[in-house]
Amino acid sequence: MQPKGKSRMTELTESVQGSQAWNSIFRPGSVFRKGYSDSPRNRSYVIMNSVLYHLHPVKVKRHAVKVSYTLCLGGLSFFLFILLTVTGIFLMFFYRPTSANAWSDIYTLQTSVTFGLLVRNMHRWAAHLMVLTVFLHMARVFYHGAYKPPREFNWVIGVILLTLTLLLSFTGYLLPWDQLALWAVTVGTNMMGYTPVFGQQVRFVLLGGKVIGTDTLLRWYVLHVLFVPFVTVIFLAIHFWRVRKDGGISGPL
Amino acid sequence: MTEIPEHLRKRAEAARKKAEEAKAGAGADDAAAAGSSDAGDTGAGATSAGDSKIPAHLLERSRAAKARKAGGAEASEGEGGGVATIAPPGGAVATAGPPPAATGPGGHTQRLLTVVKSGSIQDVKATPVDKVHVWPHLLAIELLASLVMTVFLLIFSIFVNAPLLELANPNSTPNPSKAPWYFLGLQELLTMFHPMVAGVTVPGMGIFLLILAPYMDKNPSNKPEDRKFAISLFTLFLMFWAVLVIVGSFFRGEGFNFNPPWSGGLFFDL
Repeated sequence: MQPKGKSRMTELTESVQGSQAWNSIFRPGSVFRKGYSDSPRNRSYVIMNSVLYHLHPVKVKRHAVKVSYTLCLGGLSFFLFILLTVTGIFLMFFYRPTSANAWSDIYTLQTSVTFGLLVRNMHRWAAHLMVLTVFLHMARVFYHGAYKPPREFNWVIGVILLTLTLLLSFTGYLLPWDQLALWAVTVGTNMMGYTPVFGQQVRFVLLGGKVIGTDTLLRWYVLHVLFVPFVTVIFLAIHFWRVRKDGGISGPL
Repeated sequence: MTEIPEHLRKRAEAARKKAEEAKAGAGADDAAAAGSSDAGDTGAGATSAGDSKIPAHLLERSRAAKARKAGGAEASEGEGGGVATIAPPGGAVATAGPPPAATGPGGHTQRLLTVVKSGSIQDVKATPVDKVHVWPHLLAIELLASLVMTVFLLIFSIFVNAPLLELANPNSTPNPSKAPWYFLGLQELLTMFHPMVAGVTVPGMGIFLLILAPYMDKNPSNKPEDRKFAISLFTLFLMFWAVLVIVGSFFRGEGFNFNPPWSGGLFFDL
């Protein structure tokens, strides 16, 4: 019985992989396609025919794949950004940005929602970690002299992304609406109030009032989950695009 | 086979016609071979000096060879095709001269058609770069790195909980009140400078200098040994912030007064 079952299995696989529907889904170079083999042509197709992978060129300089050169810091920053997006969307299902509900929603999330505490922890630690990896990525790029022509402008984009990362983290800091959040943000925004000439106006716009309250919470929530990520994604796209336009990764030293 | 441009073809045709006329003029000569070599000579004479791109030393060598041949022309007949002949008028690109009527002593026909400088027709790429396929070499590393990061975060999150203090209360200020850790360097500066300097001027200047860095650093090298100044300066910059953040995070207690963590306890929440 065994050989017969096996042949029926392969027959089924053959017919599925040969079908029009299957081949319309998996483009040439996909490992799921019939007759995939490890050839230079298929290696190229894997990159060219994938919406995600084609951020990369088909080939890169040999030194660029050494972990000791980049320490994966830029890639990890982007990966943490994705991870934060995914966990953040999960948290959004259980959170209302009002001073009456915010804290108790977080509390309920931690105590009554399956994996709620875990996902919140991951979101928090990934956020701190992302500030760190972005910062270290900047240091790595500087020490390799990778900001030199033709990559000057991409460095500028990178500095903007660093400030956006800080903004993302800082706007998220208020949302749990506990004593830590309230007073950390109070200290932070008081500093911005000292901006010359229009300092108090800046502070008023940021807080949505004279003191931190429900209006601030809503404002920072929208900034945190929509506005700043939106701007960040645009700058990320330019950043990645420029890496390739400027001739790929820098080096070797 | 590549197509020959129209103007080059016309030029070659003209040259051929001219050569044939010269040949007809020299019809009295008994040997056709000598005639053809004469034609080549006259053609060369017309162009050699001004508009030719042929290097001077090659011209010189060819002229010397011709003179040598002229000396022994009577003795050995039919040597004309055997020496380097300079291309007919318009020399830069290959043009067809008069077809050699005779072969050299060894039975070879050798003619120097033209000398083309490298890069004048085909752009030669700089040194080839050693490259590898992104799949699997880079994607495998990226996959591994993201997996390690995910596993680390997952395990860390299982064992360490994010802080959730009591409900926010605007009427009760905790002592000390600290900003998020990445702003603690600025809060540390606040103990030394006016808030405008610590909270706006210093960070503003920091970001401004970072943005300007690639435009101020004119040193083209990326080798660490050539960039000692830039590297020292940047390391100082990083250390400045690192020290401020660490002091602000771990060495500040109640009233944001100096408080070593080993004696006064830790006042720090992430």
